[in-house]
Amino acid sequence: MADLPDPPQSAATRVVGARPVRPDGAAKADGSAAYVDDLAIEGLWHGATLRSERPRARFAVDTSALAGSGVVCLTAADVPGRNRIALIADDWPVLADGETNHVGEALALVAAPSRAAAFAALGELRVTYEDLPAEVDLDAALAGSARELAACAVDHGDVEAGLSAAAHVVEATYETAHQEHAYIEPQGMIALPGPDSAVEVVGSLQCPYYVHHALVSLLGCEPDAVRVRQAVTGGGFGGKEDYPDLIAAHAVLLAARAGRPVKLVYDRREDMLATTRRHPSRVRHRTGVDAEGKLVAVDIDVLLDGGAYTTLSPVVLSRAVLHAAGPYACPNVRIRGRVLATHTATNGAFRGFGAPQTQFAAERQMDRVARVLGLDPLAIRERNAYRPGDVTPTGQVLDESASALQCLAEAERRTGFRARWQALEAERSRALDDGRPRAGIGLSLCWHGVGFTGNGERRMESPVAVRLERGGRLAVLAASTDIGQGTETVLAQIAAEAAGVPFEAVEVAPPDTALVPDSGPTVASRTVMVVGGILERAAGELARRVREGAPGLPFAAAGDAWLAEHGPLEVVERYADDGTEFDEETYRGVAYAVHGWGADVVEASVDPDTLIARTERATLVCDVGKVIHPLLCAGQVEGGSLQAFGWGHLEAARVTGGRLEQGSFSTYTIPTTLDAPAMETVLLEHPGGSGPRGAKGVGEIPMDGGAPALAAAIENAVGIAATRIPATPEVLFEAREAGDDDG
Amino acid sequence: MTRDPHSDPKRPTLSRRTFLAGAGGVAASGALGAHLEAAGAEGAQPEPAILRGTVEITLTVNGRARTLQVEPRTTLLSALRDRLELCGTKSVCERGNCGACTVLLDGEPANACLTLAVSAVGRAVTTVEGLGDEGGLSVVQEELCTHDGLMCGFCTPGFAMSLTAVLARDPEASLDRIREGCAGNLCRCGTYPHVFQAGLEAARRLRGGR
Ligand code: FES
Ligand code: FES
Repeated sequence: MADLPDPPQSAATRVVGARPVRPDGAAKADGSAAYVDDLAIEGLWHGATLRSERPRARFAVDTSALAGSGVVCLTAADVPGRNRIALIADDWPVLADGETNHVGEALALVAAPSRAAAFAALGELRVTYEDLPAEVDLDAALAGSARELAACAVDHGDVEAGLSAAAHVVEATYETAHQEHAYIEPQGMIALPGPDSAVEVVGSLQCPYYVHHALVSLLGCEPDAVRVRQAVTGGGFGGKEDYPDLIAAHAVLLAARAGRPVKLVYDRREDMLATTRRHPSRVRHRTGVDAEGKLVAVDIDVLLDGGAYTTLSPVVLSRAVLHAAGPYACPNVRIRGRVLATHTATNGAFRGFGAPQTQFAAERQMDRVARVLGLDPLAIRERNAYRPGDVTPTGQVLDESASALQCLAEAERRTGFRARWQALEAERSRALDDGRPRAGIGLSLCWHGVGFTGNGERRMESPVAVRLERGGRLAVLAASTDIGQGTETVLAQIAAEAAGVPFEAVEVAPPDTALVPDSGPTVASRTVMVVGGILERAAGELARRVREGAPGLPFAAAGDAWLAEHGPLEVVERYADDGTEFDEETYRGVAYAVHGWGADVVEASVDPDTLIARTERATLVCDVGKVIHPLLCAGQVEGGSLQAFGWGHLEAARVTGGRLEQGSFSTYTIPTTLDAPAMETVLLEHPGGSGPRGAKGVGEIPMDGGAPALAAAIENAVGIAATRIPATPEVLFEAREAGDDDG
Repeated sequence: MTRDPHSDPKRPTLSRRTFLAGAGGVAASGALGAHLEAAGAEGAQPEPAILRGTVEITLTVNGRARTLQVEPRTTLLSALRDRLELCGTKSVCERGNCGACTVLLDGEPANACLTLAVSAVGRAVTTVEGLGDEGGLSVVQEELCTHDGLMCGFCTPGFAMSLTAVLARDPEASLDRIREGCAGNLCRCGTYPHVFQAGLEAARRLRGGR
């Protein structure tokens, strides 16, 4: 391995803020990157899953037709132990046992030498159902006896007193529908049985240690008997955070019975039918303002549809509630949140984790309040947006990096939002009935807490390791996965910068539980700030020791001298407690170490007859603290915003009789190149928190602001208030018919 | 199967790109290799009768003649991935919705999932593996890397094929032309703006405007 030159110590060679080509790029461009379905494994069998056709029923599976066929077939009776996926509430069965709770639930598994043979075997299974009463949406859940999967509350000040003193009280309810992750690579997992009941899985996943934990608990084995490896993963967005626990359990059980490796790869229809989605929401706001438009009291009820099982719902609800009042100061706040179970596929983690749902409501409510007061959308936000030093509803004092006002100012400077909004309002009131598309412009302001909510990071105390290799090279050992967002690239940049070595001298180890420590899951926008922050310390410390050992020598020579003299050098650092506290019972204290902030301006056009909306232009202002890699960071903002626009008006997800009607990309329509607006991304740097150089994370905040800004633009264009998304033509038509417009 | 990377002489090299390079990568991991060979030696189960009946065809893929057995109903996508071990072409929707399986047939883009393998006989099939040469990536592929027109990468082979086809047809391709040429390719990560940049820059380079 060639020695690498020491970088000159000038600002020009800084790695953080530069734009190295991502090391995983070439293999993705030339087709050689090996995703789970691309792995050639000798003796591999193929699995397939028998799925429930009913939202709720007792059932029996007759497997007798497969007797003697050589095909492996498993039902709940074959699951060892408690037949549960170990997650928060332990209510999620590996295979449904006698009673199914949603369409698409796994009832039985088969494995056969080829995919075709596995599906042929599925056709041989006979299922009998005895239907039970089902609650398939929030209305039914509220009317019936639905299980409450989670509840929480925030109380701050005296809401009733605030409301009675208010000059105006504005009340409205907002709704958001399911959203399908639609990662382009479907879920997939391979299990390889080893000797002595050891097992290895490799698959498309976000959190190797979540899968590891679920499998150790399922098999009741020693942690060392399970090895989990991430294959190159074709997108996740939260969809590969919780669900891979289940598909890995299925693959492992099939492989154990077959005595050979087994692969489960879903097809698109199956993936859409059976895997998790974004929680649908219904959020009611009662907002009191004074005559100048200052908030005096907000009372918010958050209701989420959890689907059949608990999975991550309590954590999603927590984040939903903590973001529900939006980035606005208010002395009196009451927020109540609940997740109800329905007999639909389980809803789970999805980029933003509940915050996009409640911030859609909060942002639309601000626009409504502004209309009541005769203010423009920018004015009401400027008046109420958090400043540094303001106190949130949990009692957290915001730090200097609270940049809401700067985001708004930048958005206004780039777009001339206020004047344009006013002009289009005036134009709408005198619009001719000429059928020409109407232009509209909308604004949103959002915040997003970075890292785990409350004490999550403190509890985990994540370790990250850096190891010295020969020739002055460094290996980063962390469990953070690259699911497209560029983890491998930015972690290498952070380590290189901290150690003062070139980007090329750093390699990031593959996420493999046999190689890397449990530095926590790749979720909650925590990779750069939390994992990156720990890594920055570890790499810095390693470099310090090496340089001190051989002052004056180039780093590569100093490193080799260290290895020769002392043997291996690995530095492990852990999450450092910042001394803050959060009370998980009362919801008082510091909910998030730091927040990202963003303002979006969306320009749309709406056909007044068909009510088809198009996003034409988007200006996306995002404070990320510190930009590690400008291209990758912009990609996160654009990609998240596109998902938000899709959720806002294109991605119709209708559940009928407990079944998602959309089972393909021709009916579930995600944005194409023709739907993508021209996007201008503006990255602001207001550093804060413990992240490398004050970086605050960027994975999720882009999902928050796009939908409300788009809905506001639609309202500006055609005067329909758009309180429900996706704002498809049908939804807008219904809203207009119901008279929910402001002319 | 050990947790200590230092004590495992066969641990994979520290690269997220090579550690899973096909059977070798997985089979080399500890004691599992021996198990895999034993399992393979037992031989496969017979397939159901409906799946029998194949024809021999010869396809020209990336300039090479490849002879293989397929059923009449086998798609070109399946032939490439499952028979010829050309896994760069991705299977995502298998109904023409997403473009991840885009290949070129006599230079024209086509969805391999909607093309029967037998109907590709006599036509030049180009896959993502055939875009570059010994020198490495094609200009389009290079620009996709430079402009970060790829994130998770699962859609990327399809975009590389569509961009290649657009630029071959129209070396002066405008942004709108590129946008339309990729309209059949879905990317959920949202790389579109970067793909457009890559396409425009590749066009400029291919016109000789270095
Ligand atoms: S797999 Fe062929 S178009 Fe989607
Ligand atoms: S890069 Fe992930 S789908 Fe396009």
